[in-house]
Amino acid sequence: MLAFLARRIIIAIPTVILISIFVFSLQHLLPGDPILVMAGEERDPDVIAALREKYRFNDPIPMQYLAWAGNALQGDLGISLRTQQPVLELIGEKLPVTIQLAVMALIIAILIGIPAGVLSAYKKGTWIDWVANIIALSGLSVPNFWLGIMLILLVSVKLGWLPASGYMPLTEDPLQSIRVMIMPAFVLGTAIAATLMRHTRSAMLSVLKSDYVRTARAKGLKERVVLIKHALRNALVPVVTVITLLFGELLAGAVLTEQIFTIPGFGKLVVDAVFNRDYAVVQGIVLCTGIAFIFMNILADAAYRILNPRMSQ
Amino acid sequence: MTAVVDPQAVADPLPPRRRNRAWEKFRRSPSALLGGAIVLFFLIVALLAPLLPVPGPTETDWSAVRKAPSAAHLFGTDEIGRDVLSRMIWGAQASLLAGVVSVLIAVLLGVPLGMLAGYMRGWTDAIISRFTEALLAAPFLILAIALAAFLGPSLTNAMIAIGLSAMPIFIRLARAQTLSVMTEDYVESARAVGIGHLGMIGRYILPNIIPPIIVQATLTIATAIIAEASLSFLGLGQQPPAPSWGAMLNIAKNFLEQAPWMALYPGVAIFLVVLGFNLLGDGLRDALDPRDN
Repeated sequence: MLAFLARRIIIAIPTVILISIFVFSLQHLLPGDPILVMAGEERDPDVIAALREKYRFNDPIPMQYLAWAGNALQGDLGISLRTQQPVLELIGEKLPVTIQLAVMALIIAILIGIPAGVLSAYKKGTWIDWVANIIALSGLSVPNFWLGIMLILLVSVKLGWLPASGYMPLTEDPLQSIRVMIMPAFVLGTAIAATLMRHTRSAMLSVLKSDYVRTARAKGLKERVVLIKHALRNALVPVVTVITLLFGELLAGAVLTEQIFTIPGFGKLVVDAVFNRDYAVVQGIVLCTGIAFIFMNILADAAYRILNPRMSQ
Repeated sequence: MTAVVDPQAVADPLPPRRRNRAWEKFRRSPSALLGGAIVLFFLIVALLAPLLPVPGPTETDWSAVRKAPSAAHLFGTDEIGRDVLSRMIWGAQASLLAGVVSVLIAVLLGVPLGMLAGYMRGWTDAIISRFTEALLAAPFLILAIALAAFLGPSLTNAMIAIGLSAMPIFIRLARAQTLSVMTEDYVESARAVGIGHLGMIGRYILPNIIPPIIVQATLTIATAIIAEASLSFLGLGQQPPAPSWGAMLNIAKNFLEQAPWMALYPGVAIFLVVLGFNLLGDGLRDALDPRDN
């Protein structure tokens, strides 16, 4: 396993370098002199000179990249123009909020998606399968920001059951924190649930046809035991991999969900950064999500090997 | 004694009989037909927008601000008295245009790169594959947001950003399909009779990888429409006062209590058109799947 992980990490290095080149190139897409944009509206000559020195803007572009990448390797992703905080610190501050939202959304998605997928596969061709498929397809087609708006209208404005926006740290008041976050998590979770349902259904369908399920049934085991212990356990192997790979979808969904419910997380940070022309923050976020995504990919491969012993032989 | 194999005779990706069978299968699927009908409906509405008897999408009527749906304004009016139905009809143009153009960008850039990787293999494949992985590593929307932010907010830039973000899917698909087609006997035969690289790609590989590309393109249009609506919702797509469903929802969220219809209809429209493309894509996949024929 260690050798496998080492090999995967070595393979990932060129990809990380390419992502960093891409992120670095973003600032060159800006019209005009990037330093003038980075210096903000005040355009203080001292700040401009310092930035030019720091990012080696008088040097050729490859040298600029090396300087930028060297700083990034040491955790220096630049300073936010708006808050004057280091970008990495800013990301670290907002990340727990988004992680809470993502974890709650994932729990909701698993609770809906996996049972629905199992049931739909088990009842293939019946009305239950048909309804489950329609719901899954609708879940994939609904823009989640619209679903959020509609839920705010119904649950908060009309019924007054849950707050429409806000955030409470989990450590301060766990109950209130969950109450505030449950509606955004549901909105984010539904799209993921639809994807999970489809994957679980197709994995269950192929497992249910296998010889060992037939053998288990022939032995006279109860249907529930066959379904959960024999079929689902094996069907979950590809599903767990899919869950790891849904990270990107969760993060993208979080950007919109946080915007609608005014949650001060990672997603809101990137949108605010875009509007405040806080380019260092945008670059930092793209670089961090890229690297995190590669890490999740390695994790997915590792999980697949652990869950499927045939792979590691 | 050497048998002369005419590669053309064996290379047709969808011979007439299979093409007919695919069409038959598509025609018998109610969900695929429903998807096709929904897409066609929105396409007609978008094309006929200038001819439909509705007020202009940017025409304001200060005496009819935030009016509920009525005979005069079937879908009501917005915060500055513009007709919601009219803005939705014109918004359909922006949505469909964004969906189709961004997928065209993704296909036109991604398919040749993927074919090149699969055909040349070796270093070319390694470089293109690493480049694809790097692009895939940034989530679709984050990448689109970053590009839209640096290129500047506009519908054109949103389409470029969405197209570039969707490109890796097509590189991967075209590469995998090319690799699989390359192992077929007719490709071997074509190579044996001395057909050049361009002839091989144009006559034997490209026609054989088109069906899965069409399916993926249809499904990606659905994703691209949601992405455009999301970018417009965030203010990074179509700029006001030009109509767009995402931008309409962005404004509507500020008037939920006073004018809920402003938020209802654009969302339903996005849902329906995306559902249409998803159903159509699923139907095409089932119809073109050779395993089921």
